[in-house]
Amino acid sequence: MNADVVVIGAGIVGAACARALARTGLRVVVVDRGAPASATSARGEGNLLVSDKAPGPELDLAMLAARHWPGLAASLADELGPGFPDIEYDPKGGVVVATTEEGAEPLRAFADGQAAAGVEVAHLTAREALSLEPHLNPAITAAVHYPQDAQLQPVVATEALLASARRAGVTVLPHQEVVGVVREGDRITGVRTATETISAPSVVVAAGPWSGTVAGVLGADLPVRPRRGMVLVTARMAQRVFHKVYDGDYFGATQSADADLQTSSVVESTPGGTVLIGSSRQQIGFDDRLRVHVLAEIAKRALRLFPFLAGTPVIRAYGGFRPYVPDHLPVVGPDPRHPGLWYATGHEGAGIGLAGVTGDLLCAQLTGTAPAIDPAPFQPSRPSLAAHLTGGAA
Amino acid sequence: MSAIVPWETDPIRPDEPKPLHITVDGTRIEGLQGQSIAGVLLAHGTTEWRTTTAGRRRGVFCGIGVCFDCIAAVNGESDVRLCLRRANDGDTVTTQDDTKEAP
Repeated sequence: MNADVVVIGAGIVGAACARALARTGLRVVVVDRGAPASATSARGEGNLLVSDKAPGPELDLAMLAARHWPGLAASLADELGPGFPDIEYDPKGGVVVATTEEGAEPLRAFADGQAAAGVEVAHLTAREALSLEPHLNPAITAAVHYPQDAQLQPVVATEALLASARRAGVTVLPHQEVVGVVREGDRITGVRTATETISAPSVVVAAGPWSGTVAGVLGADLPVRPRRGMVLVTARMAQRVFHKVYDGDYFGATQSADADLQTSSVVESTPGGTVLIGSSRQQIGFDDRLRVHVLAEIAKRALRLFPFLAGTPVIRAYGGFRPYVPDHLPVVGPDPRHPGLWYATGHEGAGIGLAGVTGDLLCAQLTGTAPAIDPAPFQPSRPSLAAHLTGGAA
Repeated sequence: MSAIVPWETDPIRPDEPKPLHITVDGTRIEGLQGQSIAGVLLAHGTTEWRTTTAGRRRGVFCGIGVCFDCIAAVNGESDVRLCLRRANDGDTVTTQDDTKEAP
């Protein structure tokens, strides 16, 4: 089989890359060892957040994504028609609160820094916070409203991007694990699965937390590691949580390099009537066993935000792995040591929100057109990643 | 009551069970101690009691607490899996209709 580009990974990032590339006229094949949207893309909450990002390249990418999603959601709905399920894009906004005296000032300062970087930020009194979220614990010490935060149903969004990609000519090969690489000299010119050899001058690794493993199969080296998270799902109820509401400890947890368990409270409703309660971060490899103590800690923290949840039945828990990169930035660009090899991965917990702009950024670099944002901070060759590569800097 | 194992040949608990009753949406239903509430309903010939958001009827699907198809309110507590809840004499069960606004 021949193609112009092989994309490894049929999650939301691989789907967005394939769609963007195919719409420029390239022949694209997507391979995945499992079903589309069955791993990390199915294991989160569907977050499109600017609120949890400090000023810097990731926030710039998130702000671009926040501007980009309304148009992307509308164009997918328009293209796929009413027979396709709704991706449930909802610009509901976020409310971040501090629950301790020590947490209040850092939250306000963090928000002021974001405001200076162009994020829409509104400091709230406790009374204003309660008017946005009437069931919130009134004993909060600070609150900030982020109107640009949004949410969507990530599995449907991934399938919608893949459906749109197929319409643009993309072939999706599920249940085909990449087991080897094809090279001509230094250059990577294709991949092998158990049953196929796919020749292509460009290979894009978009395998989420498995990207490091896949890079290894291709003879390359990428420091992406799994970071486990778990979420509780309540029974359906009349809506009592109206925004994405989380405690200010969440930012610290996302930016930490600590391998030990960290939890912070993230609470939001879904259109189905359930409430999702997160979140945890833990580096324990690909160990996917249910951890009851993690769920207990998540539940306990959620009660500090929403005491009414104490009487709510929890019907389900799920977990997954985020693609963690040591310097906390996505990797979107070419591997300078392996011509023909590209990456679109490493978004940790932000991949759903950043998928669309990542696909465009990867596509612009691969096709040599002008990207919408400076790709330099996301390069695999960036200095902050070099120390984590075997053999040192490129 | 033909749907249940005769107690004389029950290898696990060969004791004559005591009767109990539960109330389901106001209707009194007889059962036996040791049955789950779902067991009481099934033995009574009732195989569906919940309505999904899509308007479809549901009862026991997995029977082991995994699928949440058999949920109903028991003594005012919502979303109880009837396959796992042991019936107590006098339990009040209220079936759930998810086409209506959630409580």
